[in-house]
Amino acid sequence: MIQVSGLRKSFGGKPVLSGVDLAVGQGESLCVIGQSGTGKSVLLKCILGLTQPDAGQILWQGRPLDRRTRPAFMARFGMLFQGAALFDSLTVWQNVAFRLRQRMPDAQARAVAIEKLARVGLGPETADLMPAELSGGMAKRAGLARAIADDPAVIFFDEPTTGLDPIRARRINDLIRGIVTETGATAITITHDMDSVRAIGDRVALLQDGRIAWEGQVPAMDHAAPLAGFLGNTPPL
Amino acid sequence: MNPVRLIGRAALSLTRGIGAVTLFTLRGLFRLRPFHGRAFGAQLVQIGWLSLPVVGLTALFTGAALALQIHSGGARFQASDVVPAIVAIGMVRELGPVLGGLMVAARVASSIAAEIGTMKVTEQIDALVTLSTDPMRWLVTPRLWAAVLTVPVLVGVGDIIGIMGGWLVGTQSLGFNSTAYLANTSAYLERWDVVSGLLKGAVFGLIVAVCGCWFGIHSGRGAAGVGRATKSAVVAAAVGILAANFVLTGLFFE
Repeated sequence: MIQVSGLRKSFGGKPVLSGVDLAVGQGESLCVIGQSGTGKSVLLKCILGLTQPDAGQILWQGRPLDRRTRPAFMARFGMLFQGAALFDSLTVWQNVAFRLRQRMPDAQARAVAIEKLARVGLGPETADLMPAELSGGMAKRAGLARAIADDPAVIFFDEPTTGLDPIRARRINDLIRGIVTETGATAITITHDMDSVRAIGDRVALLQDGRIAWEGQVPAMDHAAPLAGFLGNTPPL
Repeated sequence: MNPVRLIGRAALSLTRGIGAVTLFTLRGLFRLRPFHGRAFGAQLVQIGWLSLPVVGLTALFTGAALALQIHSGGARFQASDVVPAIVAIGMVRELGPVLGGLMVAARVASSIAAEIGTMKVTEQIDALVTLSTDPMRWLVTPRLWAAVLTVPVLVGVGDIIGIMGGWLVGTQSLGFNSTAYLANTSAYLERWDVVSGLLKGAVFGLIVAVCGCWFGIHSGRGAAGVGRATKSAVVAAAVGILAANFVLTGLFFE
């Protein structure tokens, strides 16, 4: 469904992505792991068109993502940001229903928003709160509700558990896994939390030195030599 | 380094900057579809309605001080009677638009730059893109049009309040007759005086909103980056208003 080939990006002459090749199938959940500063977020931003790659191609359903095809891709897309990125000036339900309000009456959009908030474990009493009134975990859930509000076919999760305590992180991981399974959406998760990888991913790819250094099924990662250092394991002899 | 090369580099950089801001302004003004009516309504309130107290107070005290100045200065050549006319013309042509514009710059350019800058550093602008919403149309266009439309109204209201400030001082402490003061004001004030001031207001509103949006969108990372963007927006808006006022005054009255 999404295919990245030969993606390159440099900043100020310093290469961040040096030929990334990656493919994610329909309904598959891929986790991209890597140390901080290895270009995981740059990879996401290139796919989204927020950053212009220097070279390489991004295909969606076999067609290059460009000015003509990107609007159709974005219309079926949702994203959970690292810091939730809720709009400060809008209430929680207005955030969740942001896209819906552009094509349906407020009452209807609010009803969908409350339903999505319930899906992520937030009660209707949170609907009228401002984002500043939410805890970190609640903001992540509200961000997740916004990401799934329009039943997207593709969802990106950028560091979904960063800044959360282990209990809340586990809850978010379970929610994401449940939503991905239930909706059949294609998911790409950027993380360096291995618990998230185990909970969310079908497949995992290690981004290192600007390239995909290893990729495989999640159960196989514990025995993968290139991941040993990253996981803190002793590589198998 | 070669001084010619330095000058050339500075000229190129300046030209690039002017071109970029011009394109940004044109895109902000004319990329209207889809037009986000709710965002526009919110900005009318933010920029127009909520600036009214500060613009009104500034105009009131300016008109009052102007009356005192003209009265004491005019006394040197037996021209104290011109207070109503000079206060009206001074407020409507010059002080109303310029001081109103500067107050709006202080209040609005800073708040726009801080809000958009914070949105940028907290990825809210990226979030807009992921929600199929063009940040220019959602953030910039409503602010630009709201400022262009509301600042002339603020200037008009400020003109009236400023003139009333002069009237208050004139009648309460300078010994003017109330009816004569108002009659003098309207007798010497021409329609073009008012219209030129309102046109200046529209231009100043555009300058304020463009500076706020431009520096907000190009804000650096973190709190320091947003702080710098806010400061730059206010300084650029204030200097822009004073420069534009000089150009427009020359254009309108020479």
